[in-house]
Amino acid sequence: MAILEILTYPDPRLKMIAEPITEFNADLAVFIANLEETLRAAPGGVGIAAPQVGILQRIVIIDVSSKPKIKHHGRLILINPEINHWKGFAIGREGCMSVPDYTGKVVRAEQIELSAQDESGTRQHYQMEGYEARAVQHELDHLDGILFIDRLISRRHDLFHR
Amino acid sequence: MTQWFMLTLVGKDRIGIVARVTTALYQGGCHLGEASMLRMDGNFTIMLMVHFPGTKAALTALLAPIADELQLHIHIDPSVGEQTTRQEPNVQISVHSADRAGIVAQVTSILAAAGLNILDLESDIGGHANNPFYIMQIEGVATRGIEALQQALQTWHQTSEQTIEVRLTPITTTIF
Repeated sequence: MAILEILTYPDPRLKMIAEPITEFNADLAVFIANLEETLRAAPGGVGIAAPQVGILQRIVIIDVSSKPKIKHHGRLILINPEINHWKGFAIGREGCMSVPDYTGKVVRAEQIELSAQDESGTRQHYQMEGYEARAVQHELDHLDGILFIDRLISRRHDLFHR
Repeated sequence: MTQWFMLTLVGKDRIGIVARVTTALYQGGCHLGEASMLRMDGNFTIMLMVHFPGTKAALTALLAPIADELQLHIHIDPSVGEQTTRQEPNVQISVHSADRAGIVAQVTSILAAAGLNILDLESDIGGHANNPFYIMQIEGVATRGIEALQQALQTWHQTSEQTIEVRLTPITTTIF
């Protein structure tokens, strides 16, 4: 196991599109273990995507179970994940381990339906909401080279203008 | 000597103010930091952090030709350059009411007494000219906790005759 280096913006690899995983083998298991160790080592870390450590593969780990009073699915390994349905939207303030010392407001869907393969390659389906749904949307963006700073909304968009 | 200056600039709005001012700063060796730029009632306003390896007098001289040509009022203060230690808001307060004098004074006095440090305040007037309403959004740090602000607003609502709608929402920032 090893803690991997987290890339920070403007590293160009954070803007690249990750490739699907086709082989669920021992190498993948080792990488997932390292990615998870990297996530656990980050203070308050609740999610990580493989491109954040320079591996352009469609792998995300999420675990929001440390947050009190929210619905969640615990530790999830999401491989080749896809969001199939979005519902509602909410504004939230986000930061990112790959974009240090900056936070900003981002609109995300409140509820999502997600499908993803697990570590063994079996496709799973999840219904998520709130904080967990936001975390998943943030991490899945990394697989398409999108950072939260690509999705910032203006402060003034909160106002109800004529 | 500090290298950061806070530049305040106001002038009648026209196309190209930002481009002309920032080009002059760039060509004069400046590096820009945080900025707030906004058109307000026919004026264009800029508040801008500028890193400049020289004196206030030299920076003023750098901008003088453009200030004269575009009729801009410019004010420059030395600053500390604290961007890296800036504060994050943890509460948002939305206020709206029929427009009348004193809304901002009343609401912000209550909030200040309960420990709110305002980081950002925007307000506007909407509605018809004969029936205007006032709307304001505040973001800040609840230095004595959000509960203290909620309690202060609740007490005020119970004792006040005013029909000012005030909604307080905690802002949670998550680093993913």
